[in-house]
Parts: sequence; structure tokens; C-alpha cells
Amino acid sequence: MAEYVRSQSAGPQLIGRVIIYSLLILVAVYYLMPLFVMVTTSLKTLDDIRSGNLIALPKALTLEPWIKAWGTACTGVFCGGLKGNFMNSVTFVVPAVIISTFIGAMNGYALTMWRFRGSDVMFTALLLGCFIPFQVVLLPMAQTLGYLGMANSIAGLIFVHVVYGLAFTTLFFRNFYVTVPAELAKAARIDGAGFFTIFWRIILPLSPPIIVVCVIWQFTQIWNDFLFGVVFSSGQRQPITVALNNLVNTSTGVKEYNVDMAAAIIAGLPTLLVYVVAGKYFLRGLTAGAIKG
Amino acid sequence: MDAVQSALPKLVLSPTLLTALVFVYGFILWTGWLSFTESRLLPRYEFAGLTQYITLFENDRWWTALRNLGIFGSLFIGICLGLGLLLAILLDQRIRAEGFLRAIYLYPMALSFIVTGTAWRWILNPGLGFEHLVRSLGFQTFTFDWIVTPGMSIYAVVIAGVWQSTGFVMALFLAGLRGVDDAIIKAAQVDGAGPVRIYTRIIVPSLRPVFFSALIILAHIAIKSFDLVMALTGGGPGYSSDLPATFMYTFAFNRNQIGLGAASAMMMLFTVIAIIIPMMYSETRRAGHG
Repeated sequence: MAEYVRSQSAGPQLIGRVIIYSLLILVAVYYLMPLFVMVTTSLKTLDDIRSGNLIALPKALTLEPWIKAWGTACTGVFCGGLKGNFMNSVTFVVPAVIISTFIGAMNGYALTMWRFRGSDVMFTALLLGCFIPFQVVLLPMAQTLGYLGMANSIAGLIFVHVVYGLAFTTLFFRNFYVTVPAELAKAARIDGAGFFTIFWRIILPLSPPIIVVCVIWQFTQIWNDFLFGVVFSSGQRQPITVALNNLVNTSTGVKEYNVDMAAAIIAGLPTLLVYVVAGKYFLRGLTAGAIKG
Repeated sequence: MDAVQSALPKLVLSPTLLTALVFVYGFILWTGWLSFTESRLLPRYEFAGLTQYITLFENDRWWTALRNLGIFGSLFIGICLGLGLLLAILLDQRIRAEGFLRAIYLYPMALSFIVTGTAWRWILNPGLGFEHLVRSLGFQTFTFDWIVTPGMSIYAVVIAGVWQSTGFVMALFLAGLRGVDDAIIKAAQVDGAGPVRIYTRIIVPSLRPVFFSALIILAHIAIKSFDLVMALTGGGPGYSSDLPATFMYTFAFNRNQIGLGAASAMMMLFTVIAIIIPMMYSETRRAGHG
């Protein structure tokens, strides 16, 4: 820790402290401003938006934009709001997160507690999958989903997100289980416990912290995904991020910024909520996933 | 029984390995093959040599995308690193409410780039957004219309990208700062070094590995940037804020130029590889030292 530097610079230099705090607060304002603008804009009427300015508070609060964004706004030719797309996202994100996390846990366990010849090579080969720009698999995947009859379906999106999430989930669990003493599994093995028994009885009960990190990471990634959504789904099967983008780009009639902002908040709310509730785990996943990925 | 038990780990791993082989490595080869064909609306598999790559590099739009990647990449990475380091150092000065401030700097990371793009698109729009705000404060001639100006729109993407990602870099640096060895700093102080000198000569250089990881992550984000541009500018005005990722999407999926799209995707892959191989190299070297 840079303790000594700090204790020296504290002390009499009040001005220094003032500058530091001002800078920090200034940046905090810059970070909060878009959120503030989004929320206030979403509660304004269009007249209010035109007559006021970006940071003015609403003259009168209205929930109309929210109701419209949720239920009647047009995304392309379809005018049923975002509610259907929100539900779409929920229906493919939840299974994709659960499946990819579960397989990742099994993989991580097999890679660390049952090391075998070639397990490191296997892990490296998997790991490289984290790095590829997904553009390089889009065209073959579109074809393959067609062959499998999963084009433009929820099942297709679950499949794609599981396949390309496995590298990350395996990485999370592998790095966590490396820190678990291998003697635990070894002792159990001598007592006659098998592969799955050890996993269920010994390893899984140790895993809640990493499960939380992994679930949060996967949830954020998959919920926020746009690329797979826009390529592999269309119309009313689209996830919320794609629908939001369509809503904003639908240029019929007057541009309704308040509805756009309400829609953006609706799309961002689930992950934001996760962040507020479990920020610590969120950061842990981010650093673990990002440093390696 | 024992044979079954010893086969189980491999059995459990094999589906994942198989998916990686097919859906990562197999698909890369598949895309590579497509990039050597004349495929347009439908994939065709007759070898056509480097035609698509030649077409690609004769395409102005591709050059715009590359130039934009250069501008966006260097500014995005540079500002995120600089601002992230500054914030981390400031936050490391025994700040009250450090946790609260950190949470504020980091929340954009939880948002989709589409949400970020939508928000900044509204803020940066000249008619009613920030420009209008400053004008209504009395600065009648104030102009801030990057988002609708060809040649400037890519800088608008930088603003939103920096907003989204700086907090994350800050978190990485902060973790690094907390890991700096006290003994070295103490020794420097005994030698009479002041705080500025200690930071520039000892603490910041010792953050080298963090710099490196942050650099790789940011470069990776920059090359893959797609959603942010789609939501903020749609690649426009015209195609002035196109990036390779949006170029690939447009040609492969909207313009029925599968071969060309595949070629641009391969170029993106090569760029990523060109960045990752040096990283792997330095990682192994560092591991060798430790």
C-alpha cells in the first residue's frame, strides 16, 4: 500500500486535499450525468423536452413514455413496445446462464481435481476461445443454426450463448478450484468416493462464491449482448438490446426522446440492479474474466 | 470401475472440447474458406484465391473503418489508461466514501453498450442535447455537433466508450496500487524522495503488469466494438464512423457479400492475434521470472 506517500501528502496540505476531492467529485458528476439525464428525460413530456434543456428537471412528471416504451412503441413495423422482447431476453438468458455455469463448474472440477495428461493443453485450447472476435464465427453459425432448425429461435440463442460462454465459465471455476487443496478430493477418492460423488458432496458445497461471480458475469454478458441477438434473431424473437436499438432507429413521425430514454432504462435495469445488489461479486468477475479474457 | 472413474473426467470434458473444436476452430477455418470464395448471397465453396481480400483493400469504406479503428483505438485506450490511473491514484489517498465513489465510476460497466449508446446519442444530439444546453446558458455560438459531422463522429464514439470503460481500468489500477510493496516506498523516503518522485519513479513503474493487462483488454474491446457504434451513430453519417466490426456486419448480413464479410472477419481475427501473441509471450516470460 502506498501508505507512506499518503501520510506525507496529508498533513498540512489542505489545498491538496481540496483539489483531490474536487477532481473526484467532478468525475463522479460526469459519470452520473448520463443516468440523471436518462431518468429525467424519460419523465418529461415532449413539449417539456423542447422548451427546457438537457439537465432541467421535468416541469410535470409523466409516466406516459414508460407506458409507451413498455407496451406500444414501434420497433420497426411492429408496435407492441419492448415487453415481448424483455420476456424474450429473460427466457433465453436464464437457461443460458444456468447451463453454461453448470458445465463450467464440471469442467473446472475435472481440469483441476482429476488432472490427466493433456488437461493443460485442453485448457489452453479452450481459453483461446475467449479471445476470438465473434465476427469470425457468425457466418458459419448462421448456416449451422439453419441446418439444425434453430434459426431465429430462443433455442438457437441459448445454444450460441452457451457455446461461446463455456470458455469463460470453465476459466472461472478452474481458477477457483486450483486454490482448493487437491488432498480433499484425494482423501475422498481413497475412501471410495467417485467422480460425481466428490463433486456433489465436497466440491459444490465449497463453490457458492464462484458460482455467484460466474452467474453474475454470464447474466451481464448475455443480457447485454447485441451481436448474436441482431444476427441470429429477427422480428418479435429479438432480445431487448436489439429491440431497443430498433426502437431508437425507427424514424416514423416525431422523435420521442423521452420514450427512447425510458426504453434504454428498461433495457439496462436488470443488469444495473444486479450491480447495485452484488457489486462486489460483479467487480470480482470483471477482473477475473477480463484479465484472462 | 477404476477404468470408468479415470475415464470420467475426460468424458465430462469432451463435449466442451468438441464444441470448442467445431464452433471455434472449425468455424474459423470455415470463415477462412469462405473468404477465399466468390460467395455473395449464398455461400459457395469454389476456391477463388485472394479476390475478396483485394476487393476489401480496394474498398474506401474498409479503409475508413481501419482509420477509425486507429483513431478510436488509440484515443479510447490512451484516455482510459490515463484517466483510470489518475482516478486510482486519487482514490488511493485515504478518501472518505471511497467505496461510494468507486461504485459510481464503475456502474457503466454493468450497462449494455446499446444502452450507453442510446443515452449518449441523446446527450450529444445538437438540436436538444448538450449543445442546446450550453447555448441556453448564453453561449449562443457554441457548437458541439460531432455526432452528426462526418470526420468527427468517431470522436463522439470515443466519448461514450471512455465513459463506459474508464471505471474498470481504475479498478484494475487501484487493485495494483494496493499491492505495491511498502518496504520499497519506505526506503525511497529514507533516501529523501518526495511523493511525486515516488509515484513517477517507483509506484507507477511497478504497475507495469497492470498496464499491460489493461492495454490488452482495452485493445480487445476496441477491435470488437460494434454495439456502441450501432447505437450511437449507426456507423454514420454515411459510413464515416464505421469500424471493422460494423463493416463486417453490413457486408455479410445486409449487403449479401458473404465472401467480403468473411475476409473482413479474418482481418479482425489477425489483428487480435497480432495483439495476443506478444501478450502470451510476455506472460510466459513473467511466469519464468516468478
